[in-house]
Amino acid sequence: MEKVKVKINNKELEVEKGTLILDAAKKAGVSIPTLCYHPDQEIKANCRVCAVEVDGMKNLPSACATVVCDGMVVRTNTPRVRSARKINIELLLSNHNMSCTTCIRNGNCELQKIAAELGIRENTFDNIMVLQDKDESSPSIVRNQNKCIKCGRCIQICANVQGLSILDYTGRGHTSEVKPAYGKYLNDVRCVACGQCSTVCPVAAITEKEDIERVWEAINDPKKHVVVQTAPAVRVSIGEEFGMEPGEIVTGKMVAALRALGFDAVFDTDFTADLTIIEEGHELLKRIREGGVLPMLTSCSPGWINFIEQYYPELLPHVSTCKSPQQMFGALAKGYYPEKIGKKPEDIFSVSVMPCTAKKYEAQRAEMRLDKKHQDVDAVLTTRELGRMLKQAGIEFSRLEEEEYDDPFGISTGAAVIFGATGGVMEAALRTVYEVATGKTLGSIDFTDVRGLKGIKEAAVELNGMKVKVMAAHSLSNANKVMEMIKSGDASDYTFIEIMCCPGGCIGGGGQPYGATDELRNKRISGIYKADKELPIRKSHENPAVKKLYEEFLIEPLGERSHQLLHTHYTNRKNGR
Amino acid sequence: MNRIEKKLLTKRFGIIDPMSIEDYLSLGGYAALQKALKTTPHAVVEEIKASGLRGRGGAAFPVGQKMEAVQKAKSGVKYIICNADEGEPGNFKDRYLMENDPHQIIEGMAISAYAVGAAKGYVFIRGEYSRSVYVMDNAIKAAKEKGFLGKNILGSGMDFDIEIYTGAGSYVCGEEFALMLCIEGNPARSTFKPPFPTAEGLYGKPTQINNVESFANLPHVIQDGAQEFAKIGTKHSKGTKLVSLCGNVREKGLYEVPFGVRLWEIIEELGRGVQGSIRMVQVGGASGPVLPPNMLGIKLDYKDFADNGMSLGSGAVIVIDTANEVLDIVRNTLEFFRHESCGKCTPCREGIVHLLIILDRFMLGEAEKKDLELLKTLIQAIEDTSICGLGQAAPTALKTAMRYFPEVFAAGIKKRSAKAI
Repeated sequence: MEKVKVKINNKELEVEKGTLILDAAKKAGVSIPTLCYHPDQEIKANCRVCAVEVDGMKNLPSACATVVCDGMVVRTNTPRVRSARKINIELLLSNHNMSCTTCIRNGNCELQKIAAELGIRENTFDNIMVLQDKDESSPSIVRNQNKCIKCGRCIQICANVQGLSILDYTGRGHTSEVKPAYGKYLNDVRCVACGQCSTVCPVAAITEKEDIERVWEAINDPKKHVVVQTAPAVRVSIGEEFGMEPGEIVTGKMVAALRALGFDAVFDTDFTADLTIIEEGHELLKRIREGGVLPMLTSCSPGWINFIEQYYPELLPHVSTCKSPQQMFGALAKGYYPEKIGKKPEDIFSVSVMPCTAKKYEAQRAEMRLDKKHQDVDAVLTTRELGRMLKQAGIEFSRLEEEEYDDPFGISTGAAVIFGATGGVMEAALRTVYEVATGKTLGSIDFTDVRGLKGIKEAAVELNGMKVKVMAAHSLSNANKVMEMIKSGDASDYTFIEIMCCPGGCIGGGGQPYGATDELRNKRISGIYKADKELPIRKSHENPAVKKLYEEFLIEPLGERSHQLLHTHYTNRKNGR
Repeated sequence: MNRIEKKLLTKRFGIIDPMSIEDYLSLGGYAALQKALKTTPHAVVEEIKASGLRGRGGAAFPVGQKMEAVQKAKSGVKYIICNADEGEPGNFKDRYLMENDPHQIIEGMAISAYAVGAAKGYVFIRGEYSRSVYVMDNAIKAAKEKGFLGKNILGSGMDFDIEIYTGAGSYVCGEEFALMLCIEGNPARSTFKPPFPTAEGLYGKPTQINNVESFANLPHVIQDGAQEFAKIGTKHSKGTKLVSLCGNVREKGLYEVPFGVRLWEIIEELGRGVQGSIRMVQVGGASGPVLPPNMLGIKLDYKDFADNGMSLGSGAVIVIDTANEVLDIVRNTLEFFRHESCGKCTPCREGIVHLLIILDRFMLGEAEKKDLELLKTLIQAIEDTSICGLGQAAPTALKTAMRYFPEVFAAGIKKRSAKAI
């Protein structure tokens, strides 16, 4: 690679040709503030906060959009640069609802951080914000126009990663805004509630809909027995909310923290992930045996279910009828657990902690209410919300002693943990389906072909002489490609396809801690596979608690009770939810 | 013809019927294209370079240099775009060119296409210019019929076709990146550069994008030769310049003058002066500087303007008499830019609004002394960090007004009452 010499603030260094000033400066030990820039996205260069002075250039180029050239002299800390950055931030603040102390992003807002770094003490410009109502139509996401700084990150992730383009700029100049088409409410457009927009928003313009207060209320209600379940991906990311490393496995601390919050029983969604594998695995084998619709598509990711219901309803027969692990858990929590502990279903308040915003919508679905009235999962907290709740309660997460999950939904396997990463459901299914179908034990249970951040991954296994081809795709732009393959017949020799709505799978979910980049997603994924390796049991069908549940209650996979509790149906929602 | 006029691009105006290609041909039309086709593309570019012709859209980038970059760019597909989105208030030269001598532009584009190796061209015409669209459309069809456009032009083996594209009236469409995005079907919003259009332009392909007047010059450079062309004008500015003269002058209109004439000559000799006296002159359009009467000795010349810290822009001369106040004019200009900002980058989207808010304090006599400093800082930030020329030029009128009419701003500062002191 060709090298070029650059000088940044009198420090000479050599960098590769084509390096951005921003990255060259980082090498020189200089950090340049950025706002619209995101390492995984196309360059937007619209906030103009990363302005730098370059000798020989008339204006101040943006460091995020300008490539260094040989002999370039860059200055990042001149009065002119400082003034320009400050003015641009002050301008943004002048059209921003500056309610920092009551803001959901207080403490982790990128605009707030830069304003602090630049030493802005008062805004020289009049605040000309015209307050607008929030869009709270979606059960998952809140859009607060009053906070928006028009950086366009949400637009890009929705268009480029999810392929949906729900949000875009509307209007022009000072009246331009980021909105759904025709200024419609989020719930009135074909938004899948994945919340990816909320993960990249630098401010509080798009956030999850908080359910914290409802959970506090239930915890403090002596009549309620409050149970909580934790999704696989949360254990490798909640630590980030407390300054721990991304991917660090903090399962035991998380259990202790939840107990400290006052939950009556702390359970693991991993348990129902194992259950999902049993049900889904048998469904797959049944479809293969009886000539059912193939390839079968997974159904764990609610953003993905929203996608197929709204965009490809004609392919719904391909989707497994299994509820997601969250909802299987919800059904057991209301349909099995109360009797076991001598309580009535209405006395149970069931909470889930999810890396996901679409789960909030899923929990509210009419199909997810055993008694047709009450939700099986009463409240869904995202990983970020759990972080906030723990802080509200003053729980020092990193200092907690590790604790164990409660019975009967506390035992799980490595196969369940890997649900949190793209390809994980597929791998878990293969581990079980192979052994159930062939009666043989797998030599190696690591199906590495379906792991990692590649958009669409493939693998093949031999099942009783039949070659079974499988696929795993993550993010909806890739899901879209797979749907087109199925429609055109190009996917006809595939038997089973896993689809996850979010990039990287659930570890990259819309409810996860801020700052997700591909680099960070990889760290969380490593955590997931490490957790899998460390568990004594790594195949769902070997989970003793699941076996016991079948013996005691469910009787058999795909049986009568399973049908009532663990399976669902889908609806053509092409014309909206 | 007045002594200071020099008709080159406008020499056929009023003589030919713009709807008739025969008229154009009878006066030597398309001879330059035929001449160009007999030489090599390289020779054409060299000729343009030697002429010293600079872009007439406002940025004044050497046309030959741009063509050379596109010519050398390695790509099977290249584009020519004629920027006819003349949205700058005070300008109407492109409209006159299109409506009076359309083939001159088409010929210039064809010469460019041959030189850079493009097979497809676009004329992006301002949405409001319906007559221009009509005349250009007719001319393109006629040129196709006669074999000056289309397949195998004049037996040379070269293919070149032109399509008309109209905007919906947004000023920012005149910014080259916004314009190209618009042709691609996107909202017109400018973007950062590099890469420049010569490397990655329309649909990511090398693109020569020039102003109408620039293309109209090309047949003359080729036909008369670079040497002859370069005799017109000054050392640093070659050829003629179309001037849209408007405002409070007696004889408003389009004039063609060689570079080097002085502003007062244009106003007094061609425009026959104003009725009262001149308050100021805005040069280049809304994005241009405002000059006080004592600066009208400045020459129409890229260097003379640059030496005074200004740019010539697209050649509008807006004369404002003493019946108008400086701040009213400046405010009007800023209001225009506030309305036309695409909204992409912070300084332009948010900054212009605040220029207006602060300026209003001066207009109401309620400004404070620190507001002068605040204006200067804000202007600097907008110029320094706006993503495109629109934003960068938006405060020019205000900035030059502050420079040349400081007394007007001083008068807007709130006087403290004796008690308060």
